[in-house]
Amino acid sequence: MASGEVKVLGTWASQFAMRPRIALNIKSVDYEFIEEKNLLEEKSQLLLQSNPVHKKVPVLFHGDNKPICESLIIVQYIDETWSSGPPILPSDPYDRATARFWAAYLDDKWYPAVKSLGIAEGEEAKKTAMAQVEEGVALMEEAFGKCSKGKGFFGGDEIGFLDIAFGSFLGWLRVVEKFNGAKLIDEAKTPGLADWAERFCSHAAVKDVMPDADKLAEFAMIVVAKIKGLGLAAQSL
Amino acid sequence: MEGEVVLLDFWPSMFGMRTRIALAEKQIKYEYREEDLRNKSALLLQMNPVHKKIPVLIHNGKPICESLIQVQYIDEVWNDRAPLLPPNPYQRATARFWADFVDKKIYDLGGKLWRTKGEEQEAAKKELIECLKLLEGQLGDNPYFGGKDFGFLDVALVPFYCWFYTYEKFGRFSIEAECPKLIAWAKRCMQKESVAKSLADQEKIYDFVLHLKKALGIE
Repeated sequence: MASGEVKVLGTWASQFAMRPRIALNIKSVDYEFIEEKNLLEEKSQLLLQSNPVHKKVPVLFHGDNKPICESLIIVQYIDETWSSGPPILPSDPYDRATARFWAAYLDDKWYPAVKSLGIAEGEEAKKTAMAQVEEGVALMEEAFGKCSKGKGFFGGDEIGFLDIAFGSFLGWLRVVEKFNGAKLIDEAKTPGLADWAERFCSHAAVKDVMPDADKLAEFAMIVVAKIKGLGLAAQSL
Repeated sequence: MEGEVVLLDFWPSMFGMRTRIALAEKQIKYEYREEDLRNKSALLLQMNPVHKKIPVLIHNGKPICESLIQVQYIDEVWNDRAPLLPPNPYQRATARFWADFVDKKIYDLGGKLWRTKGEEQEAAKKELIECLKLLEGQLGDNPYFGGKDFGFLDVALVPFYCWFYTYEKFGRFSIEAECPKLIAWAKRCMQKESVAKSLADQEKIYDFVLHLKKALGIE
């Protein structure tokens, strides 16, 4: 096993940067968090050098290894490197495939819909985006039922890969609910997820890295204004 | 361990080819079922309700969707032969990163080469060449992306080789001229039975795209 210092380059608001931090906390691995100060407008030299392909956070530095990028790939690296700690991926190959499937769905399909909702102009565009976001949440409620098998997390008794993948979005989900006067995760529509969300956010490995909801809402307004003002594509988020 | 293995697929799909290669590498017997994507089977819609796409791998009646997830599943279940991911976590992360890069870039850029014209096509061509050069750089002096042995990233990328002919014809360029090491790598992979039997014929792909363009009404 490679040894050495561990550092995570990210931002306090980034749901993607949260993921490796939760994973490291689960494994009780100490790390240094390096804050990228001005992600939207002026990326640091460190970021550009360590992730020249995508120029995005998070980036993981571990000892002498070259930097590792892409949050879900980093989480799997953490799981495999500190293999004596609590497991993050399930042990059964079919359960692993299921966890990976839903994590990919969230990142590739669902999150772009959430972003669209954030910058949608006009009633029609908002309705379409909202419908997609709601559909995704309904799918995750169903997935929670199947994956948790009656336990508290997608990973069972303990937080796992899919908990981290979906749970990292909870801060932003609350912002979307607030801005749109909608309830996406609640006791009535998604009872499984409602309980899970509380459990996830108060978990020891999560609570110190989950951004404060009000701070995030304030930040969201700045981001949306900048995106529209700079004419940037939603891809930059 | 084997059980019943079914693959729902579509012959020109580079994604389906990945799974075919992985199954062949592990010498797994399976039933191949061709899907008509204009008329998707009830089984496909039932097994992949979220994306309604091929390939779908069905093992003992349970579906696994998304080609790279299928390849990892196959590697983990049939873990006693022909390993695709290396044992070292850093090398695994690297293989996964570049396979993800292939997914994010190559398919869409390649698609633009035959779907678009003019400036849009030129921009796509330029970016595609840059991406292929980046990938070529990852080979170093090794015969495969997996190092000495054929591995996960080789499986992820090599299916695009049978589409290069189509990209080159529409884009009016030679990928070999731009990335000779990459083409040498692809030809080396084609000497493996698992790859040669899984990839479609490049001229058939070109014909398929010509017909598809007509059907879609693209000039």
